Amino acid sequence: MSTFRYAVSVMPRDGILDPQGRAVETSLPHLGVSAVHGVRIGRRVELDVDATDDAAARVIVERLATELFANPLIEAFEVELLTGAAAGSMA
Amino acid sequence: MRVGVVVFPGSNCDRDALYAATLVGAESYPIWHESADLRGADLVILPGGFAYGDYLRAGALARFSPVMGAVREHAAKGGLLLGICNGFQVLAEAGLVPGALLRNSSLRFEHRWVRLAVERHDTPFTRAIPLGTQLRMPIAHGEGNYFLPEADLDALEASRGVVFRYTTPEGNPNGSARDIAGVLDARGTTCGLMPHPERAAERILGSDDGLLLLRSVVESVAASTERQPVAVHA
Repeated sequence: MSTFRYAVSVMPRDGILDPQGRAVETSLPHLGVSAVHGVRIGRRVELDVDATDDAAARVIVERLATELFANPLIEAFEVELLTGAAAGSMA
Repeated sequence: MRVGVVVFPGSNCDRDALYAATLVGAESYPIWHESADLRGADLVILPGGFAYGDYLRAGALARFSPVMGAVREHAAKGGLLLGICNGFQVLAEAGLVPGALLRNSSLRFEHRWVRLAVERHDTPFTRAIPLGTQLRMPIAHGEGNYFLPEADLDALEASRGVVFRYTTPEGNPNGSARDIAGVLDARGTTCGLMPHPERAAERILGSDDGLLLLRSVVESVAASTERQPVAVHA
């Protein structure tokens, strides 16, 4: 049994209203920045999983991402292995 | 009629719902979220509030409360289920009604009176509402912006799943697709809406239109109780 650390990035799907991103973008001119657009804000969840290998751990992470961290109707997610066998000894 | 009101950590309209139910002659009682016993409820209400602090997404954590298994079973058997505001968000997260509630397009928490057009009068939640009546109720939410992909919206409309729509003069307060304020599940026995009928339960509060929903449920339960003996002998 090893421990694998993952990051799950959750983003609003294309076309879904992202009021946070819009609010941030709207305030950029106050910083004197005008060349930035398309601001989207999501969330990132990091977690440790005890499992025999990356594949087994990933099954658990994918399930949590689908059922809890993201609402698939409005959000998409990506899973990234941070530390564990495949990521090397330490990242 | 027996009305069970689920109490999640962070629910804050449970008392109002319990009280409003008594105004239509129902027996009402709270159901703690860790209980799986609905105690024979004819109607289960998921009340407004901020269950589990609205962490992650509104309704996302409440959906996995122990009580939700029993609620899901109740709904699957055709038991009446009403989600109000945060309760609607829980229903949507749990997939018990279609759609998702996004952040209000205004980016603000909206708390004000709205007016609702009633799209259907043949549901357990609207049968006592006279034709042509618009309902005045308050809203108080940050995430009430109803969303479904366009094709799914068309399907929802075709199956007459929209039961309440925001209408003039106050209009759409949160950017909801097609002014949708309340929807039904496919069998028509689970309803979710953002406005608060329990906060419009007495004239002194500004409106008692919310009681029309509860009276509808009373009528509906009475009608199904009357029908049952007939079915047994038939």
